[in-house]
Amino acid sequence: MVQLPHFLTVSALLFAAGVFAVVTRRNAVALLMGVELMLNAANLNFAAFSRFSHNSLDGQIFAMLSIVTAAAEVAVALAIVLNIYRNIETIDADQAGDLRG
Amino acid sequence: METTITTYALILALPLVAFVVQVFFGKRLPRGGDWLVIGAICIDLLLSLRVFFGALFFSSFAGTPFVWNLRGWLGDAGTGVLALSTGILVDNVTAMMLVVVTSCSTLIFLFSTGYMAGHRRYSLFFAYLSLFAFSMLLLVLGNNLIALFMGWELVGLSSYLLIGFLFEEPVVAPDIVPASACKKAFITNRIGDTGFLLGILTLFSFTGKIAYGDVFEAVRNGAFGDHTTLLTVAGILLFCGAMAKSAQFPLHVWLPDAMAGPTPVSALIHAATMVAAGVYMVARLYPLFTPDALTFIAYVGAFTALFGATIALVMNDIKRVLAYSTISQLGYMVFGLGVGAYSAGLFHLMTHAFFKALLFLAAGSVIHAMHRAYHYAGLEWNPRSRENDAQDMRNMDGLRKAMPVTFATTAVAVLAISGVPFTSGFLSKDMILGGAFAFGFVENPQHFLIPVFGFAAAVLTAFYMARLLIMTFLGTNRMAERGQEALRESPWNMTVPLVLLAVLCGWFWYNPDPTTIFAKGWVSSFLTPPASAVPQTLVAAPADAHHAAHVAAMLVSLSCAGAGFFAAWMLGRRGAISLEHWRLSGSRVYYLLANKYYVDELYNRTVVAGMVQVSRILGWFDKVLVDGVVNATGRFQTGLSELSGFVDRYGVDGLVNALAGFVRDTGNEVRQIQTGRIQNYVVYATVGLIVLIVVTGM
Repeated sequence: MVQLPHFLTVSALLFAAGVFAVVTRRNAVALLMGVELMLNAANLNFAAFSRFSHNSLDGQIFAMLSIVTAAAEVAVALAIVLNIYRNIETIDADQAGDLRG
Repeated sequence: METTITTYALILALPLVAFVVQVFFGKRLPRGGDWLVIGAICIDLLLSLRVFFGALFFSSFAGTPFVWNLRGWLGDAGTGVLALSTGILVDNVTAMMLVVVTSCSTLIFLFSTGYMAGHRRYSLFFAYLSLFAFSMLLLVLGNNLIALFMGWELVGLSSYLLIGFLFEEPVVAPDIVPASACKKAFITNRIGDTGFLLGILTLFSFTGKIAYGDVFEAVRNGAFGDHTTLLTVAGILLFCGAMAKSAQFPLHVWLPDAMAGPTPVSALIHAATMVAAGVYMVARLYPLFTPDALTFIAYVGAFTALFGATIALVMNDIKRVLAYSTISQLGYMVFGLGVGAYSAGLFHLMTHAFFKALLFLAAGSVIHAMHRAYHYAGLEWNPRSRENDAQDMRNMDGLRKAMPVTFATTAVAVLAISGVPFTSGFLSKDMILGGAFAFGFVENPQHFLIPVFGFAAAVLTAFYMARLLIMTFLGTNRMAERGQEALRESPWNMTVPLVLLAVLCGWFWYNPDPTTIFAKGWVSSFLTPPASAVPQTLVAAPADAHHAAHVAAMLVSLSCAGAGFFAAWMLGRRGAISLEHWRLSGSRVYYLLANKYYVDELYNRTVVAGMVQVSRILGWFDKVLVDGVVNATGRFQTGLSELSGFVDRYGVDGLVNALAGFVRDTGNEVRQIQTGRIQNYVVYATVGLIVLIVVTGM
């Protein structure tokens, strides 16, 4: 029987993978992918907690909201990446260092 | 024949309007606007003649002078505090002065059109002449002391402008620099004016009035009370003004230098008008002079008469002779008034105005001709020597043939000034000398010096005038041939005034009887002395005393003139008396006279040097003490500021900078973590999260 800790373990691994992607990848699109992984890890947690709690759909509803928000977020993020590309002709995140102190 | 204020307002306004128009538009008018000025003065002359003849034949002012008042001129008429009105007063004296001023001015203005022809500032010259005429008329017409003083000062100003008219010329005659001559005239007059003003203020403080009549009445009613000495002082102070304007010793020094102006100006200032102002003032304020003041006036006048005449003896510059002669003749008028020969003094003012204007204009005519001749012959004047000097009589000689009109008119004037019968000068001079004779020999034997000076001056006058005539017109001319050709008579606008003035030197204008003025002449009844306002009178030389002295005085003065002429004849024709020998013999007296008694030198050594010394001391005071205090204050301020600056720089600024530096350094350190790499931030966030979890978990 698959229990809650299994879900949480998968979710934690997924999140860790996302963090690793965000921290190590230089391609901005890959970076976004990392973010998506982290989001979905959170969504998995929501769903899992909802499944193992009694008579509550709050988690699932929250997951739905998160997915929709993520869709919008991806649209905005891709637009930002496109603009970065237009401005500095690359999507290497290291090159976009204008805010370096 | 009644006159109205319109007449007098016109007389005053015309020259003023002409002056204003000339100053602003003169250059643009045809002929430089001279017709405007001459037209204005001609109308003035006609109006004045109307006033004069009205007074003479219809007794317009018998007993009651024409008075017109402008109320509320000064002060507050409502409350009556210091309410002063100004106005116009016309009586016989004014009428005579109007005619003298306007007639001399008219002729001199006309002469100027010839003399000044082609000058660069021709129209401005006429503007100044017009201003001068206006000032003189204001002086004559005013009915109060303030108006008199205003006219007085305006006359001073316009004479300054006219004397300095040739200011760009470095030197016009030996030792005469126009730019300093005008200043000398102005400053010397200022000294006299100070006395004059003090006199006016003394009168005002005692009487509180300024109109002549009011002042006289207040004095008569005892405004001065027991302080009659103060009244004498006031009289002498007033006379100080006359001493400067009428060139009495010791304030005469400006007048010989005043010939720096163009010759018509000399005629206007020396002869007719400006110098008459002082005499007019003494006559106008005659009731105020105490016997002591009058005696003082008489002595000053008599001394000046002799003093001027002695200097004129040895002068060689034709205008200088005339200038000193004027000083001498003014002395006559002044001592005439001083000894109580009131009408004689004023009468001499009138006759002198005509014959001295004539002499100056004739001199101008001669100088003009000489200049032209030298110019034609290409001879340059060297200001250091008398060579080719157009004003030096030693260079003239024998101008009689070239300039007959000038010669004849000059001769008439010479006879008149010397007091030869059948001339106006004989009548007036005789009248003065008669008065002096009665005063000094008959009534007050202790004052015998006054007539002695007068008669001595008469001898000298005849001598130096005859010498002038001989040196200028008789003999043969010494000019080089080329110059001789160019010597010719002046144009009509210069000779006509000469002739007219010469006609005015005849006796018949003044008295049908050429021997005396007392019998039938209009003068003594027309110019009657006003009643004295001074309580007790020492000398009011009664008319019969003058009559008694008259014949004796006439004989003495005739012999004086004869002696003078004889001496001059000896000098000119025989060479028996020679000024040149006198000079070469090194006589101290000659050098004393030739250097004008060293009065200028004395003033330079004492007054001028004293002023310079005082100025130096004051300058030292200014530089060392005043500047020292100011500089010390400045230095103290600088020190204080430096201290304040130090505190500011190192205290306040230090604090502010330290704060800013701290913020900057901190910022520099902290910004190191702001890499701009999103990954780094994610790492920080993650690490922070882990730390948070670990910390909260514990």
